[in-house]
Formats: sequence, structure tokens, C-alpha cells
Amino acid sequence: MNPINWHTVFFYLYALVACGFGVAVVISTNIVRMALYLIFSLGATAGLFFLAGADFVGSMQLLIYVGGTLVLLIFGVMLTAQGPLISLRTSGGDWIVAMLLAGCLAALLVPAGLTVSSWNTGRPAPTTEQVAGNGAQPVLVSTTEKTPQIPLAGGLPDVDNNGIPDKQPITAAPIGLGLLGARVDKLENVPEALRPGMSGYLLPFEVISVHLLVVLVGAAYLARSKRSAMNR
Amino acid sequence: MQLLTQSVGVSHFLVVGAVLFIAGVVCMAVKRNALGVLMGIELVLNGANINFVAFGSNFLRSDTAYSLGLDGQLISLFVIVLAAAEAAVALAITLNFYNNHSTVDVDRADELKG
Repeated sequence: MNPINWHTVFFYLYALVACGFGVAVVISTNIVRMALYLIFSLGATAGLFFLAGADFVGSMQLLIYVGGTLVLLIFGVMLTAQGPLISLRTSGGDWIVAMLLAGCLAALLVPAGLTVSSWNTGRPAPTTEQVAGNGAQPVLVSTTEKTPQIPLAGGLPDVDNNGIPDKQPITAAPIGLGLLGARVDKLENVPEALRPGMSGYLLPFEVISVHLLVVLVGAAYLARSKRSAMNR
Repeated sequence: MQLLTQSVGVSHFLVVGAVLFIAGVVCMAVKRNALGVLMGIELVLNGANINFVAFGSNFLRSDTAYSLGLDGQLISLFVIVLAAAEAAVALAITLNFYNNHSTVDVDRADELKG
């Protein structure tokens, strides 16, 4: 019998917490409890990101989402949860229509995720000759006999028998350079015809910066106290 | 025990993302509290984010050469930032509505109804 794959065990643990509390957000009628369940669900999602090898995105999920957006939501809940507004009940007819919608979506999305066979298992362990021939070199890239390897996240890490990398690649530096317009993760294995497509994310980065500024001004304008508007 | 000895793939992550997405859509549909609708939006965005990260991962599928690579993680970062911005604006609108009408029930927000 195969040994237990602990990556899989932790995946199921985090997936259970994320899905369970996600459904609990829907079922609960108390708005304060919904906010608490949402924190647990999003925190477990950060764990799933770590398990997928996205360490920077996982920590940003914890910092921005759980630490920022949800604190904002909880402030909103605390400012408005008074008396009957804490638990507004939904009529039975709405629930029936919503469950119908949920069933249709589940029948569409879950089989669609399971159709492609190459998605069903993790990356296979390298064969013995690949391990002997390459040593610490990434498997796919080194077969093309390119210039010296850069040990970045774009390269493929060595995996053990369970398909789990020995060493987790650090993605913070390639992501930061990608936001500045340099895709260091794609330097080696892109054919010449595809070079224009690897030009990074500098323009979206600038657009989102301006967008955040506009949102800051807009939110401060919308949420300003009414009294100061009266006095003007 | 067969379940725990096999490695997980992209499709496992897709199923988790689908469950979160459906929970979010139902939450948006049935909640009468405006903040509950906001929480549903957060759940939907998170389900989509899981899909992006899973497709960008290098060791969740057998044909690794076709993985999305770092693009998936970059897009999910943009989604996280946009979700934060959207939550700030929606919360400001909700608080404004609460100041004017003393309620956050979305069924009461029908002044624009023709």
C-alpha cells in the first residue's frame, strides 16, 4: 500500500474548511456570524493557495483579504447591525429558486472541472534517468540545451514520488518583476514568435494604481458624514 | 484510504472553486442584507481566484508544460486588489443608504423603481 500523501491530506483539510464555512455563510441568517464564517473560509482558501505553490498570493490573501477587506466588512456590520437588521429572513420561494440555480450551476461546473484527464492527478515523478542525468536541473527546460538555468519560479522544481516539490520555489521576486514589466520566469522557454506576448503587467499595474486612488477618493466622498454636508 | 494516497490535481481545486462560487451566487441571490450580498461577491471572487492559482501551478497536472505559469498568480493578485476596492466602495454606498433610510434591507431600496 502506498504511503499517505500529506499534501493531499492537508488539501482535503483546507478544502473542507473552505467549502464548509462557505456554505455556512449562505445558510446562516445572522449577519455577524456570516462575517465570522467568511473569515474562516477565506483563511482556508489562503491555505489552498500555499498548497498550490503560490506562496506570495497566499500571503497577500491573508494580508489584503482577511486582514483588510474583511475588517472593513466587519466594521460595516458593526455600524449597521441593529435590532431587526441583524437577521433578515428570506422567504421560502426565494430559497427554492436559489437552490434550483445552485443545482444547475453545480451540474454545469463540477463535471466541467472533472472532464480533462490530465487535470486529475498531480505532476508525475521524474523517471530515474531524468533524475540521474539532470541532478538539480529543471526537467523540461534542460532538455532544450539553453543558456545557464536561472533558479526562479518559472523553472520546474524537482518532485518526489508523490509529485510534491522538494523545495518550494519562491514566487515573490518573479511576481514583482512581472508587475514591473520583466517576465524573468519566461526568459528561457519561449520561442521567438511569442516574445511580444511576454511583456509583463506594467500597464495593468499602473491602471490598477490609478483605480485604487479613484476608489479611495470616491469611498471617502460617499461615506462622509451627512452633517458636514448640511453645514456647508 | 485510496483517496489520501493519490496526489491532488487541478480538478480537485476546480471543484473547491466551484463550491465556493455556487455558495457565493446563492448568497447574492437570497440575502436581504446588503452586507450579505457583499459577502456573496467576496465568495464568488475567491472561487475564481482558486481556479486561477490552480491553473497557474506547476505541479498540479500531468502535462506541466501547458500550465498557465506565473500569469495565473498575477491575475489572482489583481482580483484580490479589485475585490478590496469594490468592497470599499460598496460599503460606502451601503453606509450612505443606511444613513438616509435607517435600513440595509435591499428590498427597501426601491426608490428608483419605475
